[in-house]
Amino acid sequence: MARTLSLPIDGAAGNGSVLSGLRLSPAARRFLAWRWVALAVLIVGWFVYYPIFDNFRVSMTSSDIFTGEVRNVGLENYRRLAEDPVVLGALANNLAYAVLSIVFQVFGAFVLASIIEDIATRRMRNIWRAVYFIPSAISTTVTGLLFYFIYQPDIGILDGLLTALGLGHWSRAWLGDASTAIYAIIAMSQWQGFGYSTLLFTIAIQKIPRDLYDAARMDGAGPLRQLWSITLPMTREMTGMMIIVTITGAFQVFNEVMVMTAGGPNNSSQVLGTWLYQMGFSQNEMGYAAAIGSLIFAVTMACGLAQLWYTRRRRVAA
Amino acid sequence: MTDISHMPAAADDAVPARAPWALLGRAMLQALLVAIAALVLYPLIWMAMNGFRSNAEIFNSPFALPAHWSFAAYAAAWQNGVSQFVLSSLVVTGVSIVTTVFISAWAAYGLTRTTIPGQPLVVGFILGGMMLSPTVALVPLVRMMQDFGLYNTHWALILLYTAFRVPFTTFLIRAYMLDLPRDLDEAARMDGASEGQIFRKIILPLCRPILVSCVILHVLFAWNEYLFAMIFTNSPETRTLPVGLTSLMSKHGTDFAQVFAAMTISALPIVIVFFLTQRYFIRGLTEGIGK
Repeated sequence: MARTLSLPIDGAAGNGSVLSGLRLSPAARRFLAWRWVALAVLIVGWFVYYPIFDNFRVSMTSSDIFTGEVRNVGLENYRRLAEDPVVLGALANNLAYAVLSIVFQVFGAFVLASIIEDIATRRMRNIWRAVYFIPSAISTTVTGLLFYFIYQPDIGILDGLLTALGLGHWSRAWLGDASTAIYAIIAMSQWQGFGYSTLLFTIAIQKIPRDLYDAARMDGAGPLRQLWSITLPMTREMTGMMIIVTITGAFQVFNEVMVMTAGGPNNSSQVLGTWLYQMGFSQNEMGYAAAIGSLIFAVTMACGLAQLWYTRRRRVAA
Repeated sequence: MTDISHMPAAADDAVPARAPWALLGRAMLQALLVAIAALVLYPLIWMAMNGFRSNAEIFNSPFALPAHWSFAAYAAAWQNGVSQFVLSSLVVTGVSIVTTVFISAWAAYGLTRTTIPGQPLVVGFILGGMMLSPTVALVPLVRMMQDFGLYNTHWALILLYTAFRVPFTTFLIRAYMLDLPRDLDEAARMDGASEGQIFRKIILPLCRPILVSCVILHVLFAWNEYLFAMIFTNSPETRTLPVGLTSLMSKHGTDFAQVFAAMTISALPIVIVFFLTQRYFIRGLTEGIGK
């Protein structure tokens, strides 16, 4: 540390930069501190915040596809939103996405992480975590396309596998069937995402003091009891955060649906994101697309605020 | 999951199982871990293998290994645009790493080491950006990019990747800087060092671990991003890998071997990066969730 302290700071007499050479009042100096954050505030304000406000403005308009004339239509787009059956179906699909992801990527990953931490040697722990994480490192475009092929009736391996197991009567065109399309996509998403949350849970479990388990074992608590009475409560913060993050993610989902079915067949696998895309960029109904955007905003914002509230409460409690 | 009840009460690596049924339960759980690993790896291996096979093989025997290893499909994919897409992805990822990490490090320094008027508000503003989703901003952003003349350029993606990742990256670096001892910069300030010198020569070097994590997390994001890339690029020269893949799919979709090869080429670098940098990456995650 002493070495770092004696770093040769050139121009240490205070003329190192133009700014420190000037005699500035403390107020001016404080104001100049803004230069450190100016770029971040500017770029985030301009490209992240401003579009959200602009989105609300656009959602109150309707542009004529033929003349390009933009009219103010007030809340018309929102009324249409409430009556659009596809929006309702998309919301249901987003909800199914959220529920199944919580089951597999939060609770399933929690159990899996506990198993890894409990029975694997240190070396194997790292290997399991790394292997399970691989799909999360790969882009959803690749995994989506991969499962698009896996689900195909002709070249896909899923139907081949089912036939080999004597379950041939289950095989079908998973993505071409309106009753299975969204679930096939959700299944792919679990395959891709569970390793990420498993990794996060193993990190959280490793932070639990080991003597808690030792004490529990002294008292004769079995593994299941330890899981319930120590691991679960001690990782509650992580579980709570993961649930919120998972719900937020489920309402923003776009990529895998776009790649695998683009919302089809017959809009059965449409989610809010893909419906927004189709309305805005295929049908050129920007006003209506912006209204769908507002709906996504409302849901994700509620989740974000829940997350903030959760973190605050945790801080206060700690 | 009832097997858990048969687990021996072992937290340590070397504690042996005590009863036969405990041993059995343990074996079943080990088998479960192996089965899940197979479920994860098999589709990926199938993907890479199909790049070596012919269309006829893919159709007739989906499970078989390649009869003879042919790089033809990989070569064809590379020439049919994948090399272009890789280049675009490298440019967009590379430049946006630099812009994102620098802008975030500056901001984190300003938020932890200076007294900005209204500092809590600025913190809330920048970190609050994490809650806003790209999908919602999509419609207005298209118009903005068209007005700026940035539509269908790499700059559009670089700008957006930077803007949408600065909040999270600032969050990570700020948390790290908050934990750094202040004596060092105080001492340097006493010696007459300017803010810029303190940032460059003291704080930044100390932050190296978290900066590395941030770079890795940004690579994972930028290399794989699809929504913006799909909307804001529409020519072979500007498309990044994820969009390029879907365009290749619509053009050569019946040449399965080539599509599988292109998918493998696009996935491999990121898997390699992950394995090489795992340690830092996990540290980045720990920092990000631990606070």
